[in-house]
Amino acid sequence: MSHFLRRQGWVTGLFALLIVLFIVTKLIQPGYGSGDFGSLARAVLPYAFAVAAQTVVVIAGGIDLSVAAMMALTSVTAASMMAGASEEYALFVVPFVLAMGFALGALNGLLIVVTRVPDIVVTLAMLFVLQGAALLVLGAPGGGAAEWLKAMISGTVPIPGLPDAVDAWAPKALLVLIVCLCVIWIPLRRSRLGLSIYAIGSSELAAFRSGVPVKRTRILAYALSGLFAAFGGLALTMSTGIGAPIPGPYLLASVAAVVLGGVALGGGKGGLLGPIVAVFVLRLVRTDLTLLAIDPNVTAIIEGLIMVAVVMFGAFITMRGRQ
Amino acid sequence: MSTSAITPAPIPLGRRVKRFMADRPLIPLIILLVILVVILQILRPGIVNERWIANTIKFAIPLAILAGCQTMTMLTGGIDLSVGTVATMSAFIMATQIVNQDPAVAFLLAMMPAVLIGLVNGIGVGVFRVHPLIMTLGTSLIGTGCLQVYQRTVIASGAKIPDFLAWLGTGVTPILGFAFPNALLLFVPLAALIVFTLARTGFGRLLYAVGDNERATRLSGVQYWQVITALYVTSSLLAGITGLLYIGLIKAPSLSLAEPLVLPSVAAAVIGGTSIFGGRGGYTGTIIGALILTVLTTLLTILQMPEGARRILFGLIVLFVTAAYLRIVEER
Amino acid sequence: MTTSPQQQSPLLDASGVAKNYGAVAALRNASLSVLPGEVHALMGANGAGKSTLVKILTGAISANAGRILIRGEARDIRSPAAARRAGLLPVYQEPSLIPDLDVLSNLRLTGTPVEPFRAWVRELGISDLDLRDTARDIPLAILRVLDLARALAVEPDVLLLDEMTAALPANLAEKVLEVVRRQGDAGRAVIFISHRFVEISALCDRATVLRDGATVGVVDIVPGVEEKIVELMLGTRIEKTKVAARAGQGAASAPALPRIAVRNLRVGTKLNDVSFDLRDGEVAGVVALEGQGQDELFAALAGSIRPSGGAIEVDGKPAKFAHPIDAIRAGIAYVPGDRSEALAMQRSVRENIALPFSAALRNWGPIAMGRERATVASAIQRLQIDTRAQGEVQRLSGGNQQKVTIARWIAADARTILCFDPTRGIDVGTKQEIYKLLRELAGNGKSVLFYTSELEEVQRVCDRVIVIFGGRLVDIFSVEEADEPALMRAAYGLPRGAKADVGILADPSANPSDAPAPEARP
Repeated sequence: MSHFLRRQGWVTGLFALLIVLFIVTKLIQPGYGSGDFGSLARAVLPYAFAVAAQTVVVIAGGIDLSVAAMMALTSVTAASMMAGASEEYALFVVPFVLAMGFALGALNGLLIVVTRVPDIVVTLAMLFVLQGAALLVLGAPGGGAAEWLKAMISGTVPIPGLPDAVDAWAPKALLVLIVCLCVIWIPLRRSRLGLSIYAIGSSELAAFRSGVPVKRTRILAYALSGLFAAFGGLALTMSTGIGAPIPGPYLLASVAAVVLGGVALGGGKGGLLGPIVAVFVLRLVRTDLTLLAIDPNVTAIIEGLIMVAVVMFGAFITMRGRQ
Repeated sequence: MSTSAITPAPIPLGRRVKRFMADRPLIPLIILLVILVVILQILRPGIVNERWIANTIKFAIPLAILAGCQTMTMLTGGIDLSVGTVATMSAFIMATQIVNQDPAVAFLLAMMPAVLIGLVNGIGVGVFRVHPLIMTLGTSLIGTGCLQVYQRTVIASGAKIPDFLAWLGTGVTPILGFAFPNALLLFVPLAALIVFTLARTGFGRLLYAVGDNERATRLSGVQYWQVITALYVTSSLLAGITGLLYIGLIKAPSLSLAEPLVLPSVAAAVIGGTSIFGGRGGYTGTIIGALILTVLTTLLTILQMPEGARRILFGLIVLFVTAAYLRIVEER
Repeated sequence: MTTSPQQQSPLLDASGVAKNYGAVAALRNASLSVLPGEVHALMGANGAGKSTLVKILTGAISANAGRILIRGEARDIRSPAAARRAGLLPVYQEPSLIPDLDVLSNLRLTGTPVEPFRAWVRELGISDLDLRDTARDIPLAILRVLDLARALAVEPDVLLLDEMTAALPANLAEKVLEVVRRQGDAGRAVIFISHRFVEISALCDRATVLRDGATVGVVDIVPGVEEKIVELMLGTRIEKTKVAARAGQGAASAPALPRIAVRNLRVGTKLNDVSFDLRDGEVAGVVALEGQGQDELFAALAGSIRPSGGAIEVDGKPAKFAHPIDAIRAGIAYVPGDRSEALAMQRSVRENIALPFSAALRNWGPIAMGRERATVASAIQRLQIDTRAQGEVQRLSGGNQQKVTIARWIAADARTILCFDPTRGIDVGTKQEIYKLLRELAGNGKSVLFYTSELEEVQRVCDRVIVIFGGRLVDIFSVEEADEPALMRAAYGLPRGAKADVGILADPSANPSDAPAPEARP
């Protein structure tokens, strides 16, 4: 019980932090409004999916270093397939790319289970492989995206019966994020598979003895991670309209947000809500730094420092917990 | 994908070969190197000449030193992904500071970020117990950010490559009718030092022991954080020196100068027989690993393989070798 | 109690089961036949193959050979889930509830019906259980009972209990044994693994005895069968050698200052208010059942964990250990019971022995190879370590590995050695050598604190014995008084001299399980 409270306490604290940050933002920039919130939601989208991808694997007691590379590969695949193609063709591209992410994620898991090489090494090797594959698909940033896909995350959702002023605070990007995550996460969390993912992360031996198919669960956890990463790759293509073969700093960001979101790096604990809120917190800090007219390069440094500090803090907590 | 080739052979000969390879990893490595050179010679008859050898050695040396960083960190079960950024920073700072500074001052300035990043890595891994991969990735991101900020401040003064570094990086000295790359002047003592440190000093012993069984070293009175901090500072310093050598070779300072060496440096150490799990390996294997990768790169260039294919290949090498290594260990 | 089993067909019938790990045969030819309605004991000395057989029966590993019939049907038990479906359910020593899930989720995970579970929990004597509690927050003893209740709730044909009563408080143990005894009435069967003869004679109908990976006998449990079982377990009857009490050695002429004085030492909730002295030239034994706080006592003295209260004095001066290096500097070395905790397995014997020499910052420089070789060689010589398998420590036998862990501190010339069950799982010959060595050390004026799980070792090695129970020091015996029944009673927290019954755990003096258990591993 106390553990449950503690975890919820952490997420509540994060929410409070997020609200404080919004207030700070408003103080720095009194004009900060719904439009800015919309662009924040758009910026968060790929990060949020990267974090979701990392969260599933970390809960299962692993780590996935290939998240960013997977996003790059799915992004360039989508962008190069849609370049010059008809709008309807994208209807085929989206499920194809998602299936590709799922399959490549499953491959990650399969390699870990079959070769028995530690996850960190397998996903590191896969990071190289996927990056190489992304470069083969597109040598330089390029490609295109269907208009309806791009439109899916820009603008706001008209909610009938609500005044426009309120509507304006419901950007489509946020809705896409919530729908995509909820459709996968909530049924998962309630299913036997979800329980099994927590179980193998918490104690592999106990899970095995409880009759959990450990190997299959691990493969599925990585497959889900690949699926989320593919969503992230699509989100990249949707927001930029192109695909870039060199991934952004999504790997470290995903690990930092997972830790900040209260998911123990050892596995078995936490949920998806915390890390997602953590992404908003980290992005909003960046917004504030930009609003304060700080050199973008310095912002990158500060951001890096925050992430490293968060990871160090998380490791410190884990270490304390073990003693 | 690669598992079928490494499933235990039913005949005892296979086992004997595996045991042999586990005990004496250098011999199969040298055989592999020779095979690669022979393939190269067959594909492009006449390519293997004195100039080619000198060139291969020149390009293998920076890789071999960075792979030395990976070897040492991997012996403790870690990895140092910040070596690329550190080397780039040292090279860039050297090239820009030499314009208006005394060479010695420029050198000290160039090594400063190396020490700093090494220290942060060491404390993060040794004291806070962050996974080395995450930690070094983080510091390398921060380092790159700092370098970009720094670049703005020196954009007006320009950059030049010190003559000495160019001489060291690209020059050759004919000895007994053979063109010896000058970089060997730096590399041979450095390599000897690393090999000696690993085999014959208390610090080297501790690297192996910590990687093998950290609890055992703790019970023997070893303070983990001291070893790890010293290790990552050493690794960073080596990376800084590599940066200086590499800029003498490439002669074009850029913000991603040594970045392409990071992945091959990990691959070279893994090929050289150093276990990514810690406790086993050595530097001589790594040097041959670096040579193999350099020759392999030439081969891939001749075959007109794109950069993407090269990365895929390196990734697969790391995976395959680690998996094969696990099989060999389990065999006993 | 004894049934006539011949006419019934067995519920579980395993025969010819074999399992190899590389060249090592863990099981050669094991068989086990369990009848409906019986409680069947599975016995064997350490390394006889009990745990391997259990793992095979429960699907944790698969056998290389053999046949398993359940209700006469051949079943291929490939996974714990398959074992479940076949009606075979184990309860292991370490509870297999997922630590980070609450009890309810744990039930869902295994498909256990909730109401029967609740009923069994009440039956087993736990009245206040919140199903929303996270398993990690539940005390170990309760967790083991919950694990049992979870198994009972699905009404398995064969229930497999591994040392079920270990670490259970007497009242819970009592309930558990009662419930187990009643399992047989419903036509189901229980396989009961235990080292405690009292429990077995009170509970079981038959016993299967394993030795060296093979079943060597199946016996009906009748009064007096213990001797027969011990004989089967040992193979040949080993005479109980009794070492005469050491007279007039070091301890008698104790110096004014104790080497180590422990005062009111407290470690969390595990160790409470423990005080004793360790003098130069003595071997002080520590005797305790599993998990009574002895681990914490040794860890605190070794500097591995910080005590939460009390004081440790070394040579009369108060000492605070923040890291094992502090203890080592004070001349206190720790030899853990688990060899894999002490050795760098991929490194050589020499590097392992010389490891403490490089620990301090000032010794990180070049190694004086000649001197090191000499020091290490003399330590190897003294312990007679068989270094024919040169190279890695992992290629040595268990006994030789244990010697390396001790040789390290002989080479480092530690004044005090804390040995935690050093003879666990090693062969008889090496055990003798270690006893001799510890006595020699004491003879040379060193002091040794020696925890042992085999009571008969006390007579062979120790000058005094400290008994710990429930985190408290309950008694100190001189070696003359420390016969096994006395120690056993003290270890169970019974006052000296009292002869009170404690349920079926009564009269441990009739307990022959303390006979030297030989090590079956080569």
